[in-house]
Amino acid sequence: MTLKNSLKTAITGLRVNKMRSALTMLGIIIGVASIIAVLSIGRGAQNLILDQVSGLGAKTIIIRPGREPKGPSDFSQLLSDSLKERDVKALEKKSNVPGIADLTPVLTTAESVNSQGETYGATILGASDLLSKILEIWPKKGRFFNNEEIKQRASLAVIGSEVKNELFGNSEALGKKIKIKSRNFKVIGVLPQKGQLSMFNIDDTVIIPYTTCQKYLLNINYYHLILVQAKSEEAVPEVEKDIKLTLRELHKIENTSKDDFRILTQTEIAQRVKTVTGILTWLLMVVAAISLVVGGIGVMNIMLVSVTERTREIGLRKAVGATNKDILMQFLLESVILTLFGGIGGIIFGVLLSFGATFSLSKIVSLGWNFTFPITGALLGLGVSACIGLVFGLYPASQASKKSPIEALRYE
Amino acid sequence: MALIEVKNLEKIYFDGGVETPALRGVSFSISEGEFVAVTGPSGSGKSSLLHILGFLDRPTKGEYRFGGKTIDELSDIDLAKTRNKKFGFVFQNFNLLPRTNVLENVKLPLLYSELKEKVQEELAKKAIEAVGISHRISHLPSQLSGGERQRVAIARAIVQNPKIIFADEPTGNLDSKSGEKIMKIFQELNKIGHTILLVTHETYTAQYAQRILKMKDGKIANDVKVTNQRLVEKDGFIK
Ligand SMILES: Nc1ncnc2c1ncn2[C@@H]1O[C@H](COP(=O)(O)OP(=O)(O)O)[C@@H](O)[C@H]1O
Ligand SMILES: [Mg+2]
Repeated sequence: MTLKNSLKTAITGLRVNKMRSALTMLGIIIGVASIIAVLSIGRGAQNLILDQVSGLGAKTIIIRPGREPKGPSDFSQLLSDSLKERDVKALEKKSNVPGIADLTPVLTTAESVNSQGETYGATILGASDLLSKILEIWPKKGRFFNNEEIKQRASLAVIGSEVKNELFGNSEALGKKIKIKSRNFKVIGVLPQKGQLSMFNIDDTVIIPYTTCQKYLLNINYYHLILVQAKSEEAVPEVEKDIKLTLRELHKIENTSKDDFRILTQTEIAQRVKTVTGILTWLLMVVAAISLVVGGIGVMNIMLVSVTERTREIGLRKAVGATNKDILMQFLLESVILTLFGGIGGIIFGVLLSFGATFSLSKIVSLGWNFTFPITGALLGLGVSACIGLVFGLYPASQASKKSPIEALRYE
Repeated sequence: MALIEVKNLEKIYFDGGVETPALRGVSFSISEGEFVAVTGPSGSGKSSLLHILGFLDRPTKGEYRFGGKTIDELSDIDLAKTRNKKFGFVFQNFNLLPRTNVLENVKLPLLYSELKEKVQEELAKKAIEAVGISHRISHLPSQLSGGERQRVAIARAIVQNPKIIFADEPTGNLDSKSGEKIMKIFQELNKIGHTILLVTHETYTAQYAQRILKMKDGKIANDVKVTNQRLVEKDGFIK
């Protein structure tokens, strides 16, 4: 029998029992759809998180105080005041860390900001003027504070676009006073709309000199973190090493496991995100795979029923000249076509599902979460469904091919 | 040369440890062009004999030569090919594929041949015309009468112009008038050169053949030439 005829025969066989074929496909459709959805939503989520954390650019390095927590009861928080002025001074020395281009201490706190009766809950960032260079945020109106003003602990503020809208609406903000913790700050700059940059949402932020923040808002003598920009992406590992050496020497740390600071590079953050989303994706894939196996068993079950029901047909086909191989091919093709169509249905369904999920999630978190057609997932789904048809169709098909023509013709 | 030659053919069914002898040493030969009826009471081994002669089953013992070749020389694939090209089968219960129209049913053996699609179509239509059901070509079996169904089955049997047609109680499920029409078709097929082996338990139907093999308890009890052969006239009345 030619392949074309085998295909025709198999398709006719399936069409005779449309409802049953469709129901059998359902298991495969669901399995493949979940593979597609898991892969593409997983990829999307990963990209989203990566966008968020790596919004700082690959040259940026974050130094945090404290130790990498080793477990839930680790008191690493006790060391959270380990980064102070002397550390910044040491790092600024070219002889210590030659690869650094810019660095700024950073303090963060949340305060309500008042102006002319309007109140807004903003994030306060205490930093140096270099923050503007590192994060690439330039005031669209006004200016940043300068070094001199930082030294004087001046009460100046650069405000994000959201803060400006909430407090001043359409009216001019430059030169106006805003009140933070009963202290008046003069607005000297307004930032353009910028959105999320790593852990900072620039739009609802008020940036003030770090010295002012330390003394008047928080009353502490340490920093929450130090933001460092290396001269180039290639220099990052070297800079990381030099920072470690410098700080260890300064803090008199001999055992590296006793470090009282942590260094986060963008590649490291990306790596962590990828590891976590990767593990999640794999876990979900296992679930999807199990549902595919269940679908495959469903296919085998239905094919066995079909073979029994069509015993007479098999006998007749053999009587008029079908070889064992012809019968084997017919039933194997039936199950492969069944699962292949299930696979195609699953791909369509899965793509719609992940498109819908992407669309609604991007609405909810109002972020650009781009939908990408999961080509790998689609090919994988097709391949896997065809294999399932082969594997789970083989036993029923060989049962069919082994039937003796007279037994089959005699079957009632 | 004989088309079919059997010597001491035996068939024993082994069914769950129980041995049922169905043929206990059968010998005869059939020449090309003969119209042979096999008769005998139910259970005498007629169908068993037909299945072995038609390559649907293998004998337990004895020799079977078809066209000079013994069945032992042939592989399962050879058997399938021979069934496809040289044999035609007609069964008591028609054995048409349900939910498949007349044309496709008749085409079924051709699917297992290497003939071109166009040739297949032509052959199937010719066979359907030969049994006089061209007007039912796209009907489903369920839309046909018993006699019409059996004619479709005959069309399927002759579609590849086989050497021999095996018919097992082809009129068994039909009323006498439809049965008569079927027998007329067999006689005409025989006239144009097809060898026919007809199994029937009705002596009446056997009279349409030229030769009767009478079976009893798995043996041939009688092998006679029909002297007063029943002939069917064109209008279907028996002379
Ligand atoms: N597949 C089988 N398994 C066991 N016994 C069988 C089988 N086929 C036929 N027989 C037995 O073989 C004997 C002959 O049967 P069969 O050839 O069908 O006779 P007939 O066609 O003359 O009625 C019977 O006794 C029947 O019960
Ligand atoms: Mg019988």
